[in-house]
Amino acid sequence: MPLLSVQSQLPWLAEFVGAPLPNRREEAWRFTDLAPLRDLEPTNLPVVDPLAGVPLPKGVSRLDPAEWAPLLDASLVATGSEAAWPVALNRAADPQVLALRVTGEADPLELAWDAGSAKGLAALRVLLLLEPGSSLDVLQVVGSSGANCTSLITEVVLAENARLNLGVLALGHGMASLLSHIAVKQEPGSALSCTTATGGWGLVRLEPRVMQSAGSAQTRLRGLQMVDGQQLADTHSLMSFGGPAGELDQVHKVVANGSGRSVFNGAVKVPQAAQQTNASQLSRSLLLSDRARVDTKPELEIVADDVKCAHGATVSQLQANELFYLQSRGIGADQAAHLLLRGYCDEVLRELPAMASAWHPLARLLGDGA
Amino acid sequence: MIRSDAPVLLEISDLYARVEDQPILKGVNLTIRAGEIHAVMGRNGSGKSTLSKVLAGHPAYTVTSGSVLYRGENLLELAPEQRARTGLFLGFQYPVEIAGVNNLEFLRVATNARRTEQGLDELDTFAFEDLVRERLGVVQMDPAFLERGLNEGFSGGEKKRNEILQMALLEPLVAILDETDSGLDIDALRIVAGGVNQLAGPHNATLLVTHYQRLLDLITPDYVHVMAAGRILRTGGKDLALELERDGYDWVDQELARLGAEPAEVG
Repeated sequence: MPLLSVQSQLPWLAEFVGAPLPNRREEAWRFTDLAPLRDLEPTNLPVVDPLAGVPLPKGVSRLDPAEWAPLLDASLVATGSEAAWPVALNRAADPQVLALRVTGEADPLELAWDAGSAKGLAALRVLLLLEPGSSLDVLQVVGSSGANCTSLITEVVLAENARLNLGVLALGHGMASLLSHIAVKQEPGSALSCTTATGGWGLVRLEPRVMQSAGSAQTRLRGLQMVDGQQLADTHSLMSFGGPAGELDQVHKVVANGSGRSVFNGAVKVPQAAQQTNASQLSRSLLLSDRARVDTKPELEIVADDVKCAHGATVSQLQANELFYLQSRGIGADQAAHLLLRGYCDEVLRELPAMASAWHPLARLLGDGA
Repeated sequence: MIRSDAPVLLEISDLYARVEDQPILKGVNLTIRAGEIHAVMGRNGSGKSTLSKVLAGHPAYTVTSGSVLYRGENLLELAPEQRARTGLFLGFQYPVEIAGVNNLEFLRVATNARRTEQGLDELDTFAFEDLVRERLGVVQMDPAFLERGLNEGFSGGEKKRNEILQMALLEPLVAILDETDSGLDIDALRIVAGGVNQLAGPHNATLLVTHYQRLLDLITPDYVHVMAAGRILRTGGKDLALELERDGYDWVDQELARLGAEPAEVG
């Protein structure tokens, strides 16, 4: 369906969203130009419910609108992103809400979308409510093979002692954009493991945002973003601790090849109330080309005084001593480099939920028969 | 085992090498025949570790003159991987940890690279597992280490065992073991030395690079060479190592002074 009946003087997307596209004078968009979106065809693409006609896994049920309506936006508000532009875009597209309740030990859930080669905007919205003590492995598989933009909001509420293993495997196309916003609200005793892997997209903006509303929860974030050619991938993550004794273990990895550009901004907020927080954040970037560019920045706001917060960032090429070690065992230089690259990526990919292996993420991200 | 009619495996002649602008090897001569165990001893900075890296083809070192023949052919023109495939092995002083590269898969790829060079069939995962489980016995290694990342989180002793396991799989003709004894407690040292002894035979040769006598209590060398200032200053039998243990290396300085040589600083 066309989004606008009359071609406007304004970029249609700004008018559609009701807010101008973020520009690079804004700190959060300093390195990321949304220019590719200006050429987006003004069409709202139909999105198929990935669970239509599929029996729901044990422990997973649909919430009806009366149940999910009051929950909608709760995680966005908790993580302070209800006004973010990618969120506004998603809202404007008025997508269907896939709202699920998880009770007990649920069977794994897979949600796969592929925007295909159609031109336009494909918007999706997911809401997961994990009841106290419940657990779930969920894998989102997002694909595209054409000039379109996938806008995806995933809202999660993790009640006390709930456990979620959330994986996002996003394999795109050079003409395609992905704006994925993940907002998670964690209650005490809950555990979140969120692993994202992206590659192939012309433009990716990934925004994982987690709020431990009263601390005392565990958050594990793993990210792998690969850029090649003229691609741009940007992860802006936020971890907020609303109370004491919360834990964060975050590793973000980048492989930058060709003239690709990668951006990582990792915000961690530890206010006065969040004593005994234990947070670590590591950003590792592998530069495989001298034309590629990596910008990486930790953004730690620590007010509490009795906390452990570690962070580090490295940008490097493949390690010469590692290459030599493999070569000294008879492994050719090219194969050695390939093994190291695979190993580097696999450290993140192996943390995706188990069903991800059926999608062969390593081979597809590296574009070979690995 | 010394047999004067055994084939020469490695012949190093007047070898000079540098790292960046620093000359380190300054005229090394050494001939190794099949069946022999050689020990190169010397203080830190004598050049002994450099010698082992140059032989393995480490890119940081440049050979400026001299030659190394491996089974009669020019070793120095071979890429590091080709040296390994044809049977030269370097056991590292500090084996590299590579998280994410599965140890078992690494061992299989390395073993198959060597086998292909030997004209043998590559081993599939099942055949290789049988082989590796058998060879684990050489170093009494827990099979659990096969499933880990390459040397990832291994203790010093476990890394050295993993080195000897690689040696057991690759069946080298010339094994150069660089400070294999460093960082090992006495039990691990016995296991590693036992592995080396098991693998040493009439058709291959071993070059032990070591600082201390204690490894040579467990692996009896046919020749002991003392390195200083980038060259071999003295060669003797196993008794020379005992002499060094008793008298130290002080005589080296006098000898070097007599020769008018500067001590090397890196090694």
